[in-house]
Amino acid sequence: MNNKIKRILPQLLTILFVVFVFGFFTINAQVNMDNRGIDFGFGFLSQEASFDMQFTLLDYDGQDSYLWAYVVALLNTLLVSFLGIIFCTILGVIIGVARLSQNFLIKNSAAWYVEFFRNIPLLLQIFFWYYAALRALPLPENAQPWFGVTYMTIKGYYIPSMIWENLNVFMSCLIAAIVAIIFIRVYAKKIQEREGKQLPVLYISLALITILPLLSFLIGGVTLNFEMPVLKQLAQTSFIFEGGIALPPELIALVLALSLYTSTFVAECVRAGIQGISKGQKEAAASVGLTPNQILKLVIMPQALRIIIPPTTNQYLNLTKNSSLAAAIAYPDLVLVFAGTALMQTGKAIEIVGITMLTYLSISLAIAALMNWYNKRIEIKEK
Amino acid sequence: MNLSLNRIKSQNQMTNIYIGSALLILSILDVFLNSFFGVNVSGSLPGNLSIFFPLILGFLGLSYLRTEYSGYKFLDSLNKNINTSNFNAFLTLFITFAILKAFPPALSWMVLDANISGDTKEACTGTGACWTYIKVWFKRFMYGMYPNELHWRINSAFLLVIGLGFVGYFFKENLKKYLALYYVVIYPIIAFLIIYYLISGGAFGLVWVETGAWGGLSLTFIVSFFCLIFCFPLGMILALGRRSNLPAIRYISVGYIEFWRGVPLITVLFMSSVMFPMFLPQDFFMDKLVRVIIAITLFEAAYCAEVIRGGLQALPRGQYDAAKSLGMGYWKMHIFVILPQALKLVIPGIANTFLALVKDTPLIFVVGLAEIAGMLALAKTNPKWLGFAMEGYIFAAIIFWIICYAMSKYSYNLEEKYKTER
Repeated sequence: MNNKIKRILPQLLTILFVVFVFGFFTINAQVNMDNRGIDFGFGFLSQEASFDMQFTLLDYDGQDSYLWAYVVALLNTLLVSFLGIIFCTILGVIIGVARLSQNFLIKNSAAWYVEFFRNIPLLLQIFFWYYAALRALPLPENAQPWFGVTYMTIKGYYIPSMIWENLNVFMSCLIAAIVAIIFIRVYAKKIQEREGKQLPVLYISLALITILPLLSFLIGGVTLNFEMPVLKQLAQTSFIFEGGIALPPELIALVLALSLYTSTFVAECVRAGIQGISKGQKEAAASVGLTPNQILKLVIMPQALRIIIPPTTNQYLNLTKNSSLAAAIAYPDLVLVFAGTALMQTGKAIEIVGITMLTYLSISLAIAALMNWYNKRIEIKEK
Repeated sequence: MNLSLNRIKSQNQMTNIYIGSALLILSILDVFLNSFFGVNVSGSLPGNLSIFFPLILGFLGLSYLRTEYSGYKFLDSLNKNINTSNFNAFLTLFITFAILKAFPPALSWMVLDANISGDTKEACTGTGACWTYIKVWFKRFMYGMYPNELHWRINSAFLLVIGLGFVGYFFKENLKKYLALYYVVIYPIIAFLIIYYLISGGAFGLVWVETGAWGGLSLTFIVSFFCLIFCFPLGMILALGRRSNLPAIRYISVGYIEFWRGVPLITVLFMSSVMFPMFLPQDFFMDKLVRVIIAITLFEAAYCAEVIRGGLQALPRGQYDAAKSLGMGYWKMHIFVILPQALKLVIPGIANTFLALVKDTPLIFVVGLAEIAGMLALAKTNPKWLGFAMEGYIFAAIIFWIICYAMSKYSYNLEEKYKTER
């Protein structure tokens, strides 16, 4: 009896406390909203947004609804996160491996790179790139081409855009090639287990992924043209580039800062992962008669990845959350567009901040769930 | 690759060393003269060859120098550390030349062509940085809009708080058992009172300074200090809650932690500035700074809880069993056995959380508090001082870098210290 009370009483008190806090807030919110004449509800989502965004992936103008503005802004956030994740992974792996190099200079430069970018607040780095470094770029009329066809100017980075014809044919060829490669891998594994024969899977895969899309150009009627950015004079002293794709400086500054900052953390994860594999593993694999390539592929990498991937995913998650700093340099991401402009226009503070937080929360929880599933799968199964 | 280069080498080792060092010195000299004096020795070579010329020369030199053992100490350490293979030699040269190329422009911008004298923009005549701007705005960057003649109040408040933080070191042996009590309960309260009465004033004959005038680096310290001392106890409770075997408490703690860890700080700050006032009683006014500190505390407590949970999990089960077998209850067991050991384990983790907190504080700029990033934005748009964004951000970056680097080194040392003790 006494034991039962000991178990139930603290739980009851905690629940009461939580209910009390929520109840207190709800009642206050009710009173406050009544006083200001605001009513709670999500009806505003279908109203006309009537503000503009300077950079969108999908078609959007001021006549679209708030809901559509939300979707477009969310896509902008995801774009930054996606680009950031790709670049920070590339940089992070290079730096992480460089930190383990035998070369004194390389090891130390990598270490200083990590110490340097890790210890400066991300917001300052974003500001530095946006307000200081990218402002030093030339005006469009003075810009020199990079790689012949792209232009880096103070107004953004201009790259040629691709104009596809029969894109879906090309895409289906690509998907077919990927499916075929998966089948071949499975088949090759079966053959190896049954007969001990090894098929040259890599060469077959490479051949498939180049030949099938190429065939779509030759037979499927797919064509690809490039639209080059061209300098155009608007007025006496005002020039812009037309055509192609323009990446705004906000996006460039954000991706640069996010990937430089996060790459230091990824580098540390990679270093820890590789260092975590004992030398004995490599020697044991070699003594069994595996080739260096096989050692890397079958013994070292599976173990290192088990250590590397969980913390690295955490860093990707951090990057995605940090991409909300976009609001500080007016890149139209979820926070700026929705929690900023839309909130100012509608005054629906609770709903909008709630939606914004829930969006980030669901991204985080989805990735966390995926991570847990992956961790379970690769866990060392001890008897 | 290695074989083909070996073929050009002479049989005589000394000849190889002479040729190699001559080539290497020549290549470095070429880059050096080019970047420091603007003389292009290899400029007469056709096309792009002059760019790659030192690289090729140095590469050949290093491959001539590469031997198993030469007997010269310097050469052997060179070979062992930076010249083990062709690939390594190439990377070595690349990095050396990159540093040589980047050094003179950076030096001349930062020091040689920079200006620091004078008090106006016109004093900056050089092509380099204008440190005059930093000098003039320095007090603003440090203290925000806080009145100039009252800066001593901020300084003395900080000195007092830091001094009180060190009091624990001088505790006598018989007082040692109150150390935790002092740091967790008494110290935060005293520190709060000191900062409240000394910096914001309003009592003891001190002039009232509203929080809107606080700013600059001192605000960073105030915010991160308060958030740290408040988030630590909260995090401890949450960590215990998450490991509790009472389902309701566990799920509430898990829900709290996962919620705050899943949202970005910037949305939390937006919440504190636009959504939170709606949740408060009608006539109740709460200062913006207080709201921001509460928001960051709630946010950071979730991270703190996870760090402390790591410490709790790292303790062997035997500790719990031993405490229970002595007849200790839940609280007795945790206060006297588990927490003292677990907290010692998590000190480096807490230091890292604090580091992250300091790096996150510039974010309060987005809700309109003029922290150092905010002061920079203000100074940058001042019509008398346009065009010095670069200097400002580099200055702030250097300050933050020094603080954060020192802290990360300190937490690394702590980690090493406690690793050996266990």
